[in-house]
Amino acid sequence: MSALKLKKGVSKHSAYDLRDPNADVDEPHTLAVIVDNEPGVLARVIGLFSGRGYNIDSLTVAEVDHTGHTSRITIVTRGTPSVIEQIKAQLGRIVPVHEVHDLTVEGPAVERELALFKVAGQGDKRIEALRLAEIFRANVVDSTLESFVFEMTGTPGKIDAFAELMRPLGLSEVARTGVAALSRGAV
Amino acid sequence: MAQTMTGAKMVVQALKDQGVEVVFGYPGGAVLPIYDEIFQQNDIRHILVRHEQAAVHSAEGYARSTGKPGVVLVTSGPGATNAVTGLTDALMDSIPLVVLTGQVPTFMIGTDGFQEADTVGITRPCTKHNWLVKDTANLAGTIHEAFHVATSGRPGPVLIDIPKDVQFASSKYVEPRKTVTSHYQPRMKGDIELITQLVDAMESAERPVFYTGGGVINSGDAASQLLRELVDATGFPITSTLMGLGAYPASGKGWLGMLGMHGLYEANMAMHGCDLMINIGARFDDRITGRVADFSPKSLKAHIDIDPSSINKIIHVDLPIVGDVAHVLEDLLRVWKSRGRKTNKEGLAKWWKKIDDWKAVSCLTYRNSDTVIKPQYALQRLEELTKGMDRYITTEVGQHQMWAAQFLTFDEPKRWMTSGGLGTMGYGFPASIGVQLAHPESLVINVAGEASWLMNMQEMGTATQYRLPVKQFILNNERLGMVRQWQQLLHGERYSHSWSESLPDFVKLAEAFGAKGILCTDPKDLDDAIMEMIKYDGPVIFDCLVEKHENCFPMIPSGSPHNEMLLGDANATNAIGAKGAVMV
Ligand SMILES: Cc1ncc(C[n+]2csc(CCOP(=O)(O)OP(=O)(O)O)c2C)c(N)n1
Ligand SMILES: [Mg+2]
Repeated sequence: MSALKLKKGVSKHSAYDLRDPNADVDEPHTLAVIVDNEPGVLARVIGLFSGRGYNIDSLTVAEVDHTGHTSRITIVTRGTPSVIEQIKAQLGRIVPVHEVHDLTVEGPAVERELALFKVAGQGDKRIEALRLAEIFRANVVDSTLESFVFEMTGTPGKIDAFAELMRPLGLSEVARTGVAALSRGAV
Repeated sequence: MAQTMTGAKMVVQALKDQGVEVVFGYPGGAVLPIYDEIFQQNDIRHILVRHEQAAVHSAEGYARSTGKPGVVLVTSGPGATNAVTGLTDALMDSIPLVVLTGQVPTFMIGTDGFQEADTVGITRPCTKHNWLVKDTANLAGTIHEAFHVATSGRPGPVLIDIPKDVQFASSKYVEPRKTVTSHYQPRMKGDIELITQLVDAMESAERPVFYTGGGVINSGDAASQLLRELVDATGFPITSTLMGLGAYPASGKGWLGMLGMHGLYEANMAMHGCDLMINIGARFDDRITGRVADFSPKSLKAHIDIDPSSINKIIHVDLPIVGDVAHVLEDLLRVWKSRGRKTNKEGLAKWWKKIDDWKAVSCLTYRNSDTVIKPQYALQRLEELTKGMDRYITTEVGQHQMWAAQFLTFDEPKRWMTSGGLGTMGYGFPASIGVQLAHPESLVINVAGEASWLMNMQEMGTATQYRLPVKQFILNNERLGMVRQWQQLLHGERYSHSWSESLPDFVKLAEAFGAKGILCTDPKDLDDAIMEMIKYDGPVIFDCLVEKHENCFPMIPSGSPHNEMLLGDANATNAIGAKGAVMV
């Protein structure tokens, strides 16, 4: 490397600038992918993950612009920093993909997930479930004499925590939407 | 006024408007309306292949030798599935293709109808993009968009699946210029700040090397021109991948020869020892890098590529420049010139001295024989006798392919067509047909192995029907030579199923198709036999019986770094360690 004026890592575009690209520690990232809402687009995105051996922890999709027919896909994935860079670049190659945002690195973001919990039980357990639901600000959306269905919106962590508490109280089913996420602030 | 026409007519009209001259195809129930339209016109020439895989490889040969997209038309179901290998091949080597498939009518999709296959599902991972067109109103626009996607950015194959009722229904035709422009517009210009940093590094580097690939050729003739100017003006050495041969002339003074697993010693040593590596349109493929952890350990690396996903995928680089090769090279040259065309003359002189020492190893040396034809000798004679000619070379896959890359030389881009990324046996013969159609007056030679060649031998019918004088130069070792070599080096010389048993009599086979067959077994007859092949005005199968146990060297055993090349048989047996053995 002797005579070179430019040394490894000097350029801010350098791969060596991405923390440690060789680190083999997986970290979770939330990606927002804006796509044309056309047949097969979700299959392309999922096929990319399965075909190249990447993980999907959570995935949500819906058309968000009905005039432009674009959908927003929110993917929570995990990988080493260089794998995450590859995932983003590979997503960017898909023809109907317009934008790829990494909400985990682009600044603060809010993440929310909606979940429904069916809790069956009687007596004290039933009362305790209702009390905890109130603390977690979960709504009762269905009730019978032996069961409740609670609805809750929150971070994935909060939903996990609520599910843990409900388990001994008769939790029988959970349905989760997966994460929706937006960056904080005006843009 | 937009004309109203059937979907089938629209297909032909759209192809015409896209400047298509040749379509490679094979008919069937689901594309009959389109074939009916082809019958009723004379602008587009349809070439009837003998197998849909060959249609795609022919289109690849056409595309790679012209720089224009290749076009394929096949039927639904088996027609489409037969095209899959070709699509994957084109995707791996970034070849622009537009493939049209017929499909069962829209109202039958999903019913497991006769010759129904989920073509867009099957081909999603092996196309750059694909479409199922369910409404004739969208057909013409989709075809125009398909040409745009196939040819812009990093080129690749695209597929349009057209149900039969969409071909029969009528709608208004949309012209190319009226098609809404897609959001798919890859970035062409490179970041000027990074380009300037690269110039900085070039001015001071003591041991620079250009490492170029197929991207230079895909970027167009201007890119090859600029590359030549840059290499010659800087005096830096240059090596290339298998896919990039010809972008810089083999006769140029900077040329080190091909690099990689079977690349030249001097090229691989230069890659290993350089202090500045400038990758232009190559992708750090595993055939190039060897053991990644020890790949060119001391160099600063710049990577110019139009596909951002190629960058930092395998090798982490210091200067990632995303852009089209020609655009970036133009800026690079401009900046370098404006700053006074500086290089580290002293460092370079020492570097070249070192390279010259490596060259003196003469890594391509082989032991010749005056009784048996050595495959290397056959290629040297072919090179010598055809060098100055207007010549195009295609290859199959195996040892012969590597020897061809080592012993044939290319002074121009688009003269060398080979299956690089996928390594598809059966590519070369149909590719030679596509090349010959594009260049009817030129000499087109497919350097083949007997086993690969048999994989698409049915195309003799196509060659004779269209009077395509393609020369099939078969280096016949009666072995799956490359497999045999690996079994020798890796599997204790247990030659499991690597013979070509019951080979046909190639001369009689040629004659059965109405072509010419030549058998050559003696090195003394070789020159005359090659001249006879060249002079014959028609397709030729040249059965060149060669040494059966020759190994292809140099070789970087898989899992080894560049500076641990095998140069000959002496140190080769069991040279591949356990870690390397799991690699292909
Ligand atoms: C379609 C396909 N099947 C299998 C292989 C694996 N393969 C690579 S080289 C080779 C042997 C090729 O034999 P031949 O065409 O006679 O060439 P040679 O190596 O003898 O020159 C094989 C089987 C391949 N590359 N492609
Ligand atoms: Mg062979």
